[in-house]
Amino acid sequence: MDFSSINPALLIASLMVSATPILLAAIGEAVVEKSGVLNLGVEGMMIVGAVVGFIVAVNTDTPLLGFVCAAIISGIFSIIFGILTQYLKSNQVATGLGLTLVGLGLSALLGRPYEGMKSPTLKALEIPFFSDIPVLGKMLFSHDLMIYFSIFLVTLVWWFLKYTHAGMVLRAVGENHDAAHALGYKVVLVRMLAIMFGGATSGLGGAYISLARVPQWTEGMTAGAGWIALAIVVFASWRPWRVLFGAYIFGGVTVLQLNLQAAGASIPVEYLSMSPYLITIVVLVIISSRGNQGAPASLGRPFHASS
Amino acid sequence: MIKKLLEINGISKTYPGVIANSDISFNINTGEVHALLGENGAGKSTLVKIIYGLVKPDSGNLLLNGVPFRPGTPSEARKAGIAMVFQHFSLFEALSVAENISLGMDNPPNQRDLGKKIKSVSESYGLPLDPAKTVGELSVGGRQRVEIIRCLLQNPKLLVMDEPTSVLTPQEVDILFKTLLKLRSEGTSILYISHKLEEIRKLCDTATILRLGKKVDTCTPEKTSTKKLAEMMVGSTIKAPEKLNKPAGRVMLNVNNICCVSKSQFGTSLTNVTFDLRQGKILGIGGVAGNGQDELFAVLSGEQFSQHGSIGLNGINITKFNPNQRRKIGLLSAPEERLGHAAAPNMSLIENTLITAENSQNLVSRGFIDWKKSKAFAEKVIKKFDVRTPGSQNTAGSLSGGNLQKFVIGREILQNPSVFIVNQPTWGVDAAAASSIRQALLTLSENGAAILVISQDLDELLEISDQFAALNGGALSRIEKTADLSMEQIGLMMGGAKDLEVHNV
Repeated sequence: MDFSSINPALLIASLMVSATPILLAAIGEAVVEKSGVLNLGVEGMMIVGAVVGFIVAVNTDTPLLGFVCAAIISGIFSIIFGILTQYLKSNQVATGLGLTLVGLGLSALLGRPYEGMKSPTLKALEIPFFSDIPVLGKMLFSHDLMIYFSIFLVTLVWWFLKYTHAGMVLRAVGENHDAAHALGYKVVLVRMLAIMFGGATSGLGGAYISLARVPQWTEGMTAGAGWIALAIVVFASWRPWRVLFGAYIFGGVTVLQLNLQAAGASIPVEYLSMSPYLITIVVLVIISSRGNQGAPASLGRPFHASS
Repeated sequence: MIKKLLEINGISKTYPGVIANSDISFNINTGEVHALLGENGAGKSTLVKIIYGLVKPDSGNLLLNGVPFRPGTPSEARKAGIAMVFQHFSLFEALSVAENISLGMDNPPNQRDLGKKIKSVSESYGLPLDPAKTVGELSVGGRQRVEIIRCLLQNPKLLVMDEPTSVLTPQEVDILFKTLLKLRSEGTSILYISHKLEEIRKLCDTATILRLGKKVDTCTPEKTSTKKLAEMMVGSTIKAPEKLNKPAGRVMLNVNNICCVSKSQFGTSLTNVTFDLRQGKILGIGGVAGNGQDELFAVLSGEQFSQHGSIGLNGINITKFNPNQRRKIGLLSAPEERLGHAAAPNMSLIENTLITAENSQNLVSRGFIDWKKSKAFAEKVIKKFDVRTPGSQNTAGSLSGGNLQKFVIGREILQNPSVFIVNQPTWGVDAAAASSIRQALLTLSENGAAILVISQDLDELLEISDQFAALNGGALSRIEKTADLSMEQIGLMMGGAKDLEVHNV
């Protein structure tokens, strides 16, 4: 075994890369759930984003355009879920699962001609001065745009939920939709917007897998990232910074176990592969076991306007 | 001189199968407290929703200060100066007081200024509030304050209050009345909905009475007797239940020092509750909602277990018995929540009978359901308790609240329990149905059952119970003879005054 091949600076750098898809999907889902909707279609929306981003990036040779299109198309894709659950009052759990299945199938169909191709990737941003700091520069300041954007998005969501009136309305709708309706807020509209936001960020997360993390397209390549994003939202008690923390733990353990595998650690590979899922959930369960869970009180409950 | 604030002209509203409002007309004057009286289903709520812009009328119109007024949304109604305190609070438990208030305003100032304003307004009306507190931590009275302050911050011309006192202690009711009278003296009109007639006589200048969606009368409540008002509401004479004074029998249920941690995040845990239930007697448990009533019910019915202490039924220790085991030996219970707790909404009345009467009526033999017998028993309940439904095949969810309540109470009473625990037996039930449920409880007790009634309706407890105790913060007050108690003493017991509070020795 040779642990000296594991470079801490590189480890942290690749941790951020591996955590970003989950972080993007989870922060969107956190907003959706804060508005009282449980969308289990994260995995499906991610993979649609992954395939759309890949196709656009390959055909235009502009990865950034791939990300934009992935967000738009996944946002539109999530509207299907929104219409079914918010207007036609279908069951949220079943509809979300359906969305995942549709997404997986649709992406496999669309991606077929692109199997085995390589996509153009985002270039790392060179930040003057910061990128040149030894160790730290490599660790934190030589990433691509999307990594910074994902952290910015977490900040934005935290600020929006905590300090803006619109954020308060969103929390109120998730907390007690009947009361929000009685006060004259448009419950369905708020939820539709939240669902679309969640769709768009999931699409970005998916595209980050196919355009940055593994710059190629393989069928079913999200491999459960959407599900772990859902779990992170719950165990992070619906708080943006804890979502970031959870995603980074997951990314960290993923990268670490890959490094351990490469270094030939004597632990069986199966245990190493399952470790990110186990450790992330155990850590977040311990954090959230104390005090207020903060689950939105109307989460997953269908809303019927009474008048 | 009297100025009309709101004129209501010929309002009608029909829902599929129900006429909620039919040609209702009356006026609300500036600076008056106007009562809207009526039984459940008389159309009070619909009318109020029309005024507040939540429902559009089929015909008729409203004039506000002589100008046609047609609010399409609550926010339009608020802009026109109409504010409303809801019966089931429209509050968000996980949000702070200031956030809750700001959600009900159209142009909320920033949180810091709002906090200051909340403090000053709430103190000037004698309703102090801490803007930073989470609403989930407040008592029911405190939550109502949040609703009222939310309205007052918008300087309303008309304040609509839907059953505001049903959840308050007598002291809190006094404070509320002072606030309302202060508002009236400042020229605010108040539309006050209640079916507590004494209150209306004390507070209101005019009363409009609705029955089955129609206006039946307008009167000056001060000059009308309570009995007359009740008869106008119901349209017939009401017979008050009769209480016979029988000597107490032996102790049936012995509850000794039980504690129970609440399952709900905002619930109250029980601490050291001790009492006895005797044959032929009714013990009434009062108290403001959320002081441990649900937990007490759960421990007695067997839905939750006490962490220590013991419950004995007729000498048997039943502390760790589940609800069905308790039922088998004669302890029956009827929870507060009709739909979903006492009855399964989507199952028929026959199936709902089967749920609790399976053992006592032998409705199941060798693992198979005896449908014939179940149907017969369900129909017996329907007949004896005057449950209005097309038939026993109908689902529980299709019954109106009062009818379903009669059904769930009747279902237990006809099984002849030796101990009967009931939580809020007449909650949201109209006067006639409530009176028949109370009579049934009294009859059951005369036949030798020991009964515990948990209720927020003090008048009800005074009417039927032999003994009274109050729950406060999960602790039970001293148990007093109902006949010896004054309203003031009861208020002190509910508020947990130190000299009345007993920490079980």
